[in-house]
Amino acid sequence: MSTAFPPVPQVTGIAAPLLLDNVDTDAIIPSREIRGVTKTGLADGLFAGWRYVAPGSRDPDPAFILNDPAYAHATILLGGSNFGCGSSREHAVWALHEYGFRAVIAPSFAPIFRGNCIVNGIIPVALAPETIAALASAPQPVTVDLATLSVTSGSLEASFTLDNEERLMLSEGLDPIDLTLRKGADIRAFQQADAVARPWIYLKGAA
Amino acid sequence: MEHNGTDSPATGGGHRPRSLFDRLWDAHVVTTLGGGEDLVAIDRIFLHERTGSAALRLLANKGCGVADPSRIFAVTDHIVDTHVGRTGTIVPGGDIFLSATREETRAAGIRLFDVDDPDQGIVHVISPELAIVLPGATLVCPDSHTSSQGALGALAWGIGSTEAAHAMATGTLRKKRPLSMRVTFSGRRAPGVTAKDMALALIARHGAGGGSGYAVEFAGDAVSALDLEGRLTLCNMAAEFSAVTAFIAPDDLVFDYLKGRRFAPSGGDWSRAVAAWRQLQSDDGATFDQEIHIDAASIEPMVSWGTSPQSSTGIGGAVPDQAHSGLDDAGYARALSYMGLEPGQPLAGLKIDAAFIGSCTNSRLADLRRAAAIVAGRRIAPGLKALVVPGSSAVRRAAEAEGLDRIFTDAGFEWRMSGCSLCFYAGGEGFAPGSRVISSTNRNFEGRQGPGIRTHIASPEVVAASALAGAIADPRTINTGEA
Repeated sequence: MSTAFPPVPQVTGIAAPLLLDNVDTDAIIPSREIRGVTKTGLADGLFAGWRYVAPGSRDPDPAFILNDPAYAHATILLGGSNFGCGSSREHAVWALHEYGFRAVIAPSFAPIFRGNCIVNGIIPVALAPETIAALASAPQPVTVDLATLSVTSGSLEASFTLDNEERLMLSEGLDPIDLTLRKGADIRAFQQADAVARPWIYLKGAA
Repeated sequence: MEHNGTDSPATGGGHRPRSLFDRLWDAHVVTTLGGGEDLVAIDRIFLHERTGSAALRLLANKGCGVADPSRIFAVTDHIVDTHVGRTGTIVPGGDIFLSATREETRAAGIRLFDVDDPDQGIVHVISPELAIVLPGATLVCPDSHTSSQGALGALAWGIGSTEAAHAMATGTLRKKRPLSMRVTFSGRRAPGVTAKDMALALIARHGAGGGSGYAVEFAGDAVSALDLEGRLTLCNMAAEFSAVTAFIAPDDLVFDYLKGRRFAPSGGDWSRAVAAWRQLQSDDGATFDQEIHIDAASIEPMVSWGTSPQSSTGIGGAVPDQAHSGLDDAGYARALSYMGLEPGQPLAGLKIDAAFIGSCTNSRLADLRRAAAIVAGRRIAPGLKALVVPGSSAVRRAAEAEGLDRIFTDAGFEWRMSGCSLCFYAGGEGFAPGSRVISSTNRNFEGRQGPGIRTHIASPEVVAASALAGAIADPRTINTGEA
């Protein structure tokens, strides 16, 4: 079975704080920065509206957190509530991943963004705002561990939750298509019965 | 295995009362997976060129086929030019999205409604028009506003491109059962109050993250009283509530609308389908993980003041102070700085540079009729950029048959071809730098309509009235000759 992305059983790195609520996927990757139909070529467009001094420019705005040398190699992003709301664009997650992020820690996530993280090797970690504020207090190494579902940094330790399947996907880089194709017999049985109950759903040969 | 039509609502028997969500979900569970997820059958998949092209490429690169192309549909809507005489896109570098979509749909045998197709339009507008979405069906699309289509009693939700590839390859998705919420709007809307205002009121009161994790049923007499377009608007905006999806129990309004449309059941299937669809409602006594009640009479026409849809208020209102803004200090300061507003500043009377009527939220025939009634016989403010972008080619034709295009152009609006257009800025056409825009769209995010563009979202009526005034205006102040 192929891996869909490099597995992320554990991440240790600097955690960069971007503690705004409702950071939307237009902010993470503006539509104008999406120029291809693949997962790549997006890192430069990450947070483009905030990261550069002017639209279209690539001159870093020193006020933006990722341009602070202390956070230059951050692999963990700290966010506010409802992180990743808005557009379903998976490019937001692809851009974060290509830039180097392997975990986002926020009080809550928008559902599509969270699902996109799981299938691309970014761990979505939900923690209390106070805990995130403590992690954000200084540029310090943070470890997110999937085996123990824990976040540690110095003396701070917090636990988070993930479904077993989500944990498995992330820690082994599994491609869910491969897993589901093993259920082919179940799917065929469902569809055969369903086509009798709801024939209008099945369109083969229809207009 | 359980199917729609095999159970009845409110029978009063010994069965546990079930919600509409229970019925929609349970009918699609192929099997339960370990780890808290179900394998959910997907009846319809819709793609658009912006994210669907990536999904198709992911699948092609994996060397994986499409399970059933007859139940997958694609459209070009997001970055297509909307000028009359268009041939493709004017977004620099945008051609790859069109060409990849064309190549991959052709290779996979997927039906594509391309830019010159008479059925082309915004995905969430054409799917109901063509009866691709049906009551009781599951439909997914790599687009957050897919929840719109729940207005017909479907379980329709937005996904990423990777999940879209999964759905195409397997006919299923692996998904944890969401929590359930019912939002009941009771009572009568005041004149001039629309489905858009109901949605913005909900989000303003309960937050842009208020629906996170929930499948939301919209219910109540104020919801039943909405026309189909209004129901689509309400379910559309559930994306701005961060809901997993939203839906409304289907009724005769929906069935009458669908009958005879291109992909609707026909012959004996039609009556069987309608009989099954009539079961799609929540039983008396059904329970929800959360319930919200809103008095529809308490809602005013709404307009946003900040950079999240939750930052909205009644059109008679003002920019709230921080304590009443729903934002923390930093978020509040940032929003006001971006929007160029001061605490306490009234919204009505705020000068605008542009007005936009369109998007999957508010671009259907009823939306255009209501806006046209306001602008008929009047002129927009001098120097204002104003455009109407019909949601589909069919909406455009129907509007032209009624003369709505002339009403808009006589008033000074541009009348465009259908597409997503200026709902977002993709690098092609945009508003003038620094513009303040009143927009019938769904998102007022920073930069959504272009770098530095200040977006105020509202109903088409508010947009129309504001275009006339050259400033944010209450449509109820304009005499449309109607009661």
